[in-house]
Amino acid sequence: MEINSISNGIVIDHLQAGSGMKVLDYLDIDTGLGSVALIMNVPSRKYDRKDIIKLENYENVDVNVLGLIDHNATVIYIQNCKIVKKIKLTLPEKVTNVLRCKNPRCITSQEDTIPHVFHLSDSTGKYKCDYCDNIIKGHVENLKK
Amino acid sequence: MDLQGKHLIAPLDLTVDEMEGLFALAKNIIASPEDFSEICKGKLLATLFYEPSTRTRLSFEAAMLRLGGQVIGFSEPMSSSVSKGESIADTIRTVACYADIAVMRHPKEGSALVAARKSGIPVINAGDGGHFHPTQTLTDLLTIKLEKGGFDGITIGMCGDLKFGRTVHSLICALARYSGVKFILISPEELRVPEYILDEMKDYDEVRDLSEALPKLDVLYMTRVQQERFFNEEDYIRLKDSYILNAAKLKKAKDGLMVLHPLPRVKEISTDVDDDPRAFYFKQMKNGMHIRMALLAALLGKVGM
Repeated sequence: MEINSISNGIVIDHLQAGSGMKVLDYLDIDTGLGSVALIMNVPSRKYDRKDIIKLENYENVDVNVLGLIDHNATVIYIQNCKIVKKIKLTLPEKVTNVLRCKNPRCITSQEDTIPHVFHLSDSTGKYKCDYCDNIIKGHVENLKK
Repeated sequence: MDLQGKHLIAPLDLTVDEMEGLFALAKNIIASPEDFSEICKGKLLATLFYEPSTRTRLSFEAAMLRLGGQVIGFSEPMSSSVSKGESIADTIRTVACYADIAVMRHPKEGSALVAARKSGIPVINAGDGGHFHPTQTLTDLLTIKLEKGGFDGITIGMCGDLKFGRTVHSLICALARYSGVKFILISPEELRVPEYILDEMKDYDEVRDLSEALPKLDVLYMTRVQQERFFNEEDYIRLKDSYILNAAKLKKAKDGLMVLHPLPRVKEISTDVDDDPRAFYFKQMKNGMHIRMALLAALLGKVGM
């Protein structure tokens, strides 16, 4: 399968195979700004199989949440066919409406307009609910969507 | 130190200095209540109780009236627009139009924080589910302080429902900031202290046997296994009588032990303990009103601290 490279924009590479659709969903990208390509299950020297997202003519995308969903991914910024920046992903300090609080006694289980807000609790990737202090792992299985 | 306009949602919302300031103020109120009987004249407290309460609601109402203020509110959510599905945010916005300060109890954890984030007036958490109950903590600490003079170096046993016990969680967080405090956590395996509270303590033991722990304690904090926190009735029935303190067990305890309980009790403290000089749970109730007087006056900016 032939995928063209982009001249200007952002490439999110080395996504865990099968997670690309979910990542695209959380990045909440305005797809009217440029071309968006989601390439799934391509061969990878590093991980056997991987997903890739290419965002042509995009400059600013909030990739903060990506550190939680797939911290092994690589974010590459391209200008005039040259790589100008690579971002190493870290766990975000705060996430809103990314993780879901599973405590049935939490107020978020009763009022669905309240945003699910978590803060990073320690370096192992545990997150604490702002409302009930319930601690969960920052992991794909606890994602809100 | 100025507490005017602040919320009190979690025990760590107050610094140690601010808590000590409130204890000093409460002592002054106990000594000369007449000096404080008019200081909140013209101020209105709203009590929003989505869950039943005797002591907390009445002590807040008594506190405000004794400061010369007035009280509005509801003690039964079905008699308000809550029964029509109104959100906490809309309820507190409404209340903030009429009152100067609000106190709220709600069965869901984090509910008071939701209210505070939308409120233009100070919000006091009077219990949010099994999470926190910071004004009970002020009550507990004032009771210990009046008897023992301070908290440094004490050994405190927390006994009963440590999982859903909001008074336990708040008290641990607040006390853990004093030096040399040792916690002995006495509970069945199923009702252990949650992880986020364990993280707060430097020195603690978890045990299953009350009698074994009793001789080591300076303070014993008994709690009720709360039926309303269980989704499964069978679990409640199995665990409800896990620990019962009676006069016979108390023979093993120190003479200077203080037995505290946030009340209401069911069977966990036998009535044969009530007349023992080490039983402090009735004195605790009165202290609750005085510390709430101090808190209301401070949050309304009516006293310098």
